[in-house]
Amino acid sequence: MEIGSYSDQSKSTFCLVDEDHTFANSVRFALNQDPRVTFCGYSIPHPSVTQVNIRVQTTGDPAKEVMKDGCQDLMRMCQHIRSSFTDAFIDFKRTKTDTKQDMDTK
Amino acid sequence: MPEGDVSMAEESNNGSGLDYIMSLEDVPSKLPPHLELFKTRVLCNNDAPVHTETIQYSGAYATLGVDNSVRLDNFCENFKVEVKRLTDSDMEFDLIGIDPAIANAFRRILISEVPTMAIERVYIANNTSVVQDEVLSHRLGLVPIRADPRLFEYPENAGDDKNEKNTIVFKLHARCRVGQPRITVKSDKLKWLPNGSELPCEDVRSNAGSKPKTFTSFTCSQDSLPEFSGNSISVTYPDIILAKLGPGQEIELEAHAVKGIGRTHAKWSPVATAWYRMLPEVVLLEDVVDEVADELKNKCPANVFDIEDFGKGNRRATVARPRDCTLCRECIRGGKEWEDRVSLRRVKHHCIFTIESTGALPPEVLFTEAVKILEDKCERVITELS
Repeated sequence: MEIGSYSDQSKSTFCLVDEDHTFANSVRFALNQDPRVTFCGYSIPHPSVTQVNIRVQTTGDPAKEVMKDGCQDLMRMCQHIRSSFTDAFIDFKRTKTDTKQDMDTK
Repeated sequence: MPEGDVSMAEESNNGSGLDYIMSLEDVPSKLPPHLELFKTRVLCNNDAPVHTETIQYSGAYATLGVDNSVRLDNFCENFKVEVKRLTDSDMEFDLIGIDPAIANAFRRILISEVPTMAIERVYIANNTSVVQDEVLSHRLGLVPIRADPRLFEYPENAGDDKNEKNTIVFKLHARCRVGQPRITVKSDKLKWLPNGSELPCEDVRSNAGSKPKTFTSFTCSQDSLPEFSGNSISVTYPDIILAKLGPGQEIELEAHAVKGIGRTHAKWSPVATAWYRMLPEVVLLEDVVDEVADELKNKCPANVFDIEDFGKGNRRATVARPRDCTLCRECIRGGKEWEDRVSLRRVKHHCIFTIESTGALPPEVLFTEAVKILEDKCERVITELS
């Protein structure tokens, strides 16, 4: 993993090795939601090389920090998804056993 | 969107500029209804679906003074999960308020990055069946194994060492005696060997007294490990046909299963399939009554519509089961008048997610594992950058 950056900190390309659309598209989504980002896109230079280039341009903040925040946001989003999924699952299980017991008693 | 860019830039440079503008009274915080519709729905017209894209850019509506950025608390407030169907091997649930980018990441991770155990090496002692060694090995590889992959390590971590932490050994010995009818070898013939391999290595001549060296080096029996004491390891389905044996034919082999991911080979994929679809929405743009209502009900092969009877022979069509809509568009075929009556839509941020597990892990565990993997990816990038 390396960062291609220039004298201007607000524009950077991040080259991620061993990543693909899975991560790149999600992080692009997270970054595009950030008002500090003017442009974010990604490309996979060659399909048989496991590498993605993520381009981030910001309104002035260092691209690296914005990228980090984007990942952080994505991570928190995942944590929230996981906890609400677990809650929904437990709820579903409980109502299912409840109705089963109701059926049994009737 | 050049104007949008400029205004966003100014706002952000002034620190809390965006918040300030959003707090002004005459700034609309909501989109006009037609834009809201295009933003949140795919309109499935007779010729083609339109507005299929998701609008992600935070400043997409900046010229209208509408903030399109999704803050984390915003997301958390709106996000909901509803489990619809659950069995041992498959599950359907709704992810409400999620962007397809994230849902697709979960789908991709489920298919290719959640680890399972699968047979990777097969040591064939004897195979006189008509199924060739390599074909038989390939078939064995695809047999799902009921073993929690979280309790095992990747074989790369241990170098060349095949120990009780990274290898599961199965033995298969089937023979059809001469004069007997043909037999079918099924996957339940695979017997777990918790003590490791029983086949001696040929190249190493062991001393007469000591135990012969085998293909694995287990320090203890997997039986004795606390994590396996409750549930023994076996194949998930006992009735998968592996080979057929004629009289006098025999198969004797040992199969070693290791941990891996679906990207390396599909045999490690924990799901048969995992997919999502957007929630269908069927809207009647005008009241559909009487004969037309009957016609509409009969038009739909998925039986989405119902007829509501409200006395005096007055009948009206209602949308009873929009989830069943397969988007065949049969109801809007037959002329302009039908397109004006019914509007078929998809809700962009409402994903109906389905997971079909192959049996190594229950589907709900698979999903949480997939979310964890995406989290790990984020964490990896954060640590690399700091």
